[in-house]
Amino acid sequence: MRNHIRFIRKGQIVELSDVSPTETLLDYLRLRERSCGTKEGCAEGDCGACTVAVGRLRAGRIVYEPINSCIALLGMMDGLEIVTVDDLAPSDEHLHPVQSALVSAHASQCGFCTPGFVMSLFALYHSRQRADRSLVNDWLAGNLCRCTGYRPIADAALAACTGEPDDAFSRRSAKTHALLESLIDDHDIRIGDDESFFAAPASEDALVSLLERHKDATIVGGATDVGLWITKQLRSLPQIVHTGRVASMHEVIVDDDRIEIGGAVTYAEAEAALARIDPDIEELLRRLGSKQVRSLGTIGGNIANGSPIGDSPPWLIVLGAQVELRRGDARRRLPLEDFFIDYGRQDRALGEILLRIVVPRPAANEHFRCYKISKRFDQDISAVLGAFLFRIEKGRVVHARMALGGMAAIPKRAFHVEGALVGCEIDDPDARARAMDLAAKEWERDFSPIDDHRASAAYRLQVSHSLLTKALNEVADRPTSDMRLIDRRDLHRIEIGDLNNSHDSHPNAMDPGSPR
Amino acid sequence: MPITNDRIEDRSDPDVGASVGRAMAHDSAVAHVRGTAVYVDDLPEPKGTVHVVPGYADIARGRIDTLDLEAVRNAPGVLDVLTASSIPEVNDCSPVFGDDPILAADEVSFHGQPLFAVVAETRDQARRAARLARIEAEAIRPIVAVDEGIENGGDLMPSYTFERGNPALSIKACEHRLEGRFRIGGQEHFYLEGQVAIAFPGEGDAMRILSSTQHPTEIQHLVAAMLGVPDAAVVCECRRMGGGFGGKESQAAQWACLAALAARRTGRPAKIRLDRDDDMRMTGKRHDFRVDWRCGFDHEGLLAGVDLAFSSRCGYSADLSMAVNDRTMFHADNAYFYPECRILSRRIRTDTVSNTAFRGFGGPQGMLAAERMMDAIAIHLDRDPFEVRMRNLYAPGRDITPFGMEPQGYRLVRRIMQRLARTGEYAKRRRAIARFNVAAAEGAGHLRKGISLTPVKFGISFTLKHLNQAGALVNVFGDGSVQVNHGGTEMGQGLHTKITQVVAEEFGVDIGRVRITATRTDKVPNTSATAASVGSDLNGMAASRAAGVIRRRLARLAARLFQVRERQVSFAYGQVRVGEESIPFERLTQLAVEERVSLSATGHYATPGMTWDRETVSGNPFYYYAMGAACSEVSVDITTGEMRIDRVDILHDVGRSLNPAIDIGQIEGGFVQGAGWLTTEELAFDEQGRLRTHAPSTYKIPTCSDVPADFRVSLFEQGRNRMPTIHRSKAVGEPPLMLAISVFSAITHAIASLSSRRLPPLDAPATPEAILRAVAALRSEAG
Ligand SMILES: Cc1cc2nc3c(=O)[nH]c(=O)nc-3n(C[C@H](O)[C@H](O)[C@H](O)COP(=O)(O)OP(=O)(O)OC[C@H]3O[C@@H](n4cnc5c(N)ncnc54)[C@H](O)[C@@H]3O)c2cc1C
Ligand code: FES
Ligand code: FES
Repeated sequence: MRNHIRFIRKGQIVELSDVSPTETLLDYLRLRERSCGTKEGCAEGDCGACTVAVGRLRAGRIVYEPINSCIALLGMMDGLEIVTVDDLAPSDEHLHPVQSALVSAHASQCGFCTPGFVMSLFALYHSRQRADRSLVNDWLAGNLCRCTGYRPIADAALAACTGEPDDAFSRRSAKTHALLESLIDDHDIRIGDDESFFAAPASEDALVSLLERHKDATIVGGATDVGLWITKQLRSLPQIVHTGRVASMHEVIVDDDRIEIGGAVTYAEAEAALARIDPDIEELLRRLGSKQVRSLGTIGGNIANGSPIGDSPPWLIVLGAQVELRRGDARRRLPLEDFFIDYGRQDRALGEILLRIVVPRPAANEHFRCYKISKRFDQDISAVLGAFLFRIEKGRVVHARMALGGMAAIPKRAFHVEGALVGCEIDDPDARARAMDLAAKEWERDFSPIDDHRASAAYRLQVSHSLLTKALNEVADRPTSDMRLIDRRDLHRIEIGDLNNSHDSHPNAMDPGSPR
Repeated sequence: MPITNDRIEDRSDPDVGASVGRAMAHDSAVAHVRGTAVYVDDLPEPKGTVHVVPGYADIARGRIDTLDLEAVRNAPGVLDVLTASSIPEVNDCSPVFGDDPILAADEVSFHGQPLFAVVAETRDQARRAARLARIEAEAIRPIVAVDEGIENGGDLMPSYTFERGNPALSIKACEHRLEGRFRIGGQEHFYLEGQVAIAFPGEGDAMRILSSTQHPTEIQHLVAAMLGVPDAAVVCECRRMGGGFGGKESQAAQWACLAALAARRTGRPAKIRLDRDDDMRMTGKRHDFRVDWRCGFDHEGLLAGVDLAFSSRCGYSADLSMAVNDRTMFHADNAYFYPECRILSRRIRTDTVSNTAFRGFGGPQGMLAAERMMDAIAIHLDRDPFEVRMRNLYAPGRDITPFGMEPQGYRLVRRIMQRLARTGEYAKRRRAIARFNVAAAEGAGHLRKGISLTPVKFGISFTLKHLNQAGALVNVFGDGSVQVNHGGTEMGQGLHTKITQVVAEEFGVDIGRVRITATRTDKVPNTSATAASVGSDLNGMAASRAAGVIRRRLARLAARLFQVRERQVSFAYGQVRVGEESIPFERLTQLAVEERVSLSATGHYATPGMTWDRETVSGNPFYYYAMGAACSEVSVDITTGEMRIDRVDILHDVGRSLNPAIDIGQIEGGFVQGAGWLTTEELAFDEQGRLRTHAPSTYKIPTCSDVPADFRVSLFEQGRNRMPTIHRSKAVGEPPLMLAISVFSAITHAIASLSSRRLPPLDAPATPEAILRAVAALRSEAG
């Protein structure tokens, strides 16, 4: 048992034993360390002004990921290297390559967003990818700038991020590597007393037994939801149990017929594996939150949170995913679609932990499609999320699964609509239209859309119909360039296994006839 | 060769080794990227600093019966709770009309209006305590939307009209007539740095305030009035803001006042930094509008009569609404001649936060109405909207604005539009898009495209005459280094950089020698807000004059010492040429100290020729106009309403650019901000008058991927202001925002392709939902 956390700052190991359970990393940096380069713009993970990079070892290499320090808990930083904008340049004359690229491109105006951009670009710089514009868009989706219009920032990113990092950090990587390694241990962390503590057990058993004793404790994965309870709702959460140190819950297992995702696996860790299921999932994950959110946020948290607008449940349901839960020694498995009971209610007991998610891979005759519709393309909560799977035999739909987010109090399968689709001759446009008509009649039995400031019920309803039409058309081999504004599957040059270079959505490439 | 964002060129005069015209980096660029640029919240807090957090009732309108602050007072760390009765003198933080209480007394006027403020040892303690108030109030059903306001709330201030001829008659007599109603949404500033101020109590009644504000003088004045001390007792200072956009013109004062009040009562430094959600609830935004329009025109689309009625949601108080709405009217013509017209503006009172200045200051809404009419006419006649626009532009003999002035230099708009149409291959792309849309319709595809090229003509000056002035203070030191202070504030627009360049130019020295210090009311007093795009016009002139005074003193000294004529002394490349000889600048400044010559001077500038008289609707409100044009191409998914901007071309006139890099930055940033206003940025109030979109999780400003990779921005290369502005440059802060109207117009055309000769009933912002609604309306009409 350790009663302190340890992390690396500026090449040194820092040990802290006075960590309050809900202290954020940003407050630590600004109020305690008094490193004021990192800014607060919103305190809810949406603006990126507070972005810092965290380094950790993955497959024997140091990986830097951008995170939102405003909603990350200080306790979660155990074992990591924390890099902030204050650390990049020793003097005005010796700027980091991303910093000097930003200066040369005239990429700051008021400068308040700039430290966050610097850190996102620092992480991109170290990702060893040669940046193109869509990759840059992707890495910057979590950073808002109100002044520049982004063009110069994107230009700076293209100039600096060439795929060959060469800076003080890469030069001292051996030392950092050793330091990071030295921080790895299998102690459970527990700071505080029985009333109020931050805990990060190192094993599943320790986690489970801690939760047996403290059933009311708050389980925290990436804190990308819980962080807002702290900074916005000012909830008092005296007992925090972080899952991040449980090795078994970080496993991603790829089999021929299924993929298993541990309950503490982050989006960043799961992306490559899940993308193998279908390019639409890769695209969806790309648009879920931002790089910062995906660096810490977990799929387990997305499910456990039980939100009707969470982006993972619909497609997981359509794929027939199961969740495995554990409390004490009791383990159980249930289909994800049964996990969601009602608004705010899931089939999960107090102190029960979501251990893993098992995702079957579709068979060759099963066609999957998934669409996210939101007011803004990047880093926005879905108005509607539609996921579809059609099993087609001899040109007919023999089995259909469909689930929508934002269309009911819970993420929900559309049993009635599905029934109406069975038998449809997929290649016949008239048959598709007839199936749509039949389906439309069933719609209200399956759904009653949410009505709020993100989108009205009427809009969600109409769009949900459109998405089924798109899915049917596309499965019938209509080119996605007729059906989608972004992420054309036919242009999707992904090479599975090399997902880092696969961000090829070409919004401009649709119309070879139009002159540009 | 145009100056583009690919190739930002120097436009400096190589002969003088000039600073002006060079694409210099922002003076804080290195500090920005290193995180060493200091904003108010970053300064080390003196020991004992207290923190202030405002609290409010959960109603939009009503009488307070009980304001029970017992629990607040007893919360951990709480030192004081401020209410209206804590204010020693004037409880007002309004810019003009005296109708904005710093803390509301017994009446709530909008949801989020501060009723009290907690003062505590830490910000966290203050935030927690602020939620413990028990407030009982008699809630009255609030008037929230403009339409409700028109029916029930009435007008906040008298309507105002420009009228020429008899538009009703002339419209009636026309071969073609159209009318419509549409709505324009408001906009949250979303400066990345929220409202913040810290107040330091000084000796006696002195108070020093650091604030993120566009208007330090106003804060000085309001704090003094609140405390009942003379203006001379209060100093307000601002080094930089993390964005302003008009949102810190009048809206920064309330927070500075609260900080000062807490500082006065506790005797300790007091800081207030609004949480983002509070900031969005408690501060004003761009006015949203309902526009009712009517026009008559001939078969070629040439307008004969126009009748435009604007109704804006002003909120509960006047704030700057009078000037904002006036500017809407001044720009309701954009670049077009309205032979006979009536332009009516109603300023509607609602129980919502008081709307305020926002980049463009009412102008964008006026222009959008004009462009909407152009699209309506073109679609009705099935003509190319570009043609209709060109036909209606101001032209010789058709060159009087609705308020009776000739818009000087209007010919430039036509040249810019023609040129952009050529370089942007407008006609060819429009044809290709037409083909694409036909093919998509035949193939039941889900996508449609649209393109539009729209102009901007924006009047430069404060329309309130006395605001068109500025002051500067220049100090030169013996070692040849230079300090400049001026009345303008830096919010990211590069004002300080430009002023540095102007002063360096005056002395012929490298800008490295010139230092701009924080804007302070005790260095340059009685200033106007940094607003109306005139920051560099006014302050540049004042600084150049102040520097000029010193330069002439130096020249006179050199002439005397070296026995040459004053005309033979010149300043360049850090040297002073004296006749045939040359001495380093710092040698001369050293000599000046020894010879007892003053090296400090102030400069003042007042824009000439401001003759506007609001009462009689006559005279000239603008010194000159800034102009430009943009061409945007978009794709729309007609089944989901999603939209992508595929390409944007911009040609904009900044006169002789003081700094092309900064000017291009203003153009691109303004355009993207405008595009956000017209597409994804949506303010949603519920029936109880509560803002639902009070955080970036629900209020969506553009992100990087919303900006097209194909974004071609050029400065109009022959630009030169005909008026004697500072180095013949033109203002650039606001005008480019309105270039984004081309996006809205392009979306209109993409949707219009679904029908024949029908104007899509599209409101702004064109969110996916609004687009889909317009699509559905068009299809049901067509079907
Ligand atoms: C800026 C921003 C953008 C976002 N965008 C999106 C988006 O586009 N789409 C979307 O779906 N979501 C989005 N989210 C929400 C959030 O990121 C996701 O829901 C995320 O998956 C939550 O994971 P987490 O690990 O951070 O959860 P946490 O915040 O750690 O926890 C969330 C909930 O799950 C519980 N929990 C976590 N792990 C377990 C476990 N193993 N067992 C049992 N209970 C557990 C927690 O107790 C808590 O109730 C966004 C959030 C932010 C801040
Ligand atoms: S402060 Fe905005 S994301 Fe953290
Ligand atoms: S430079 Fe001001 S927000 Fe980005």
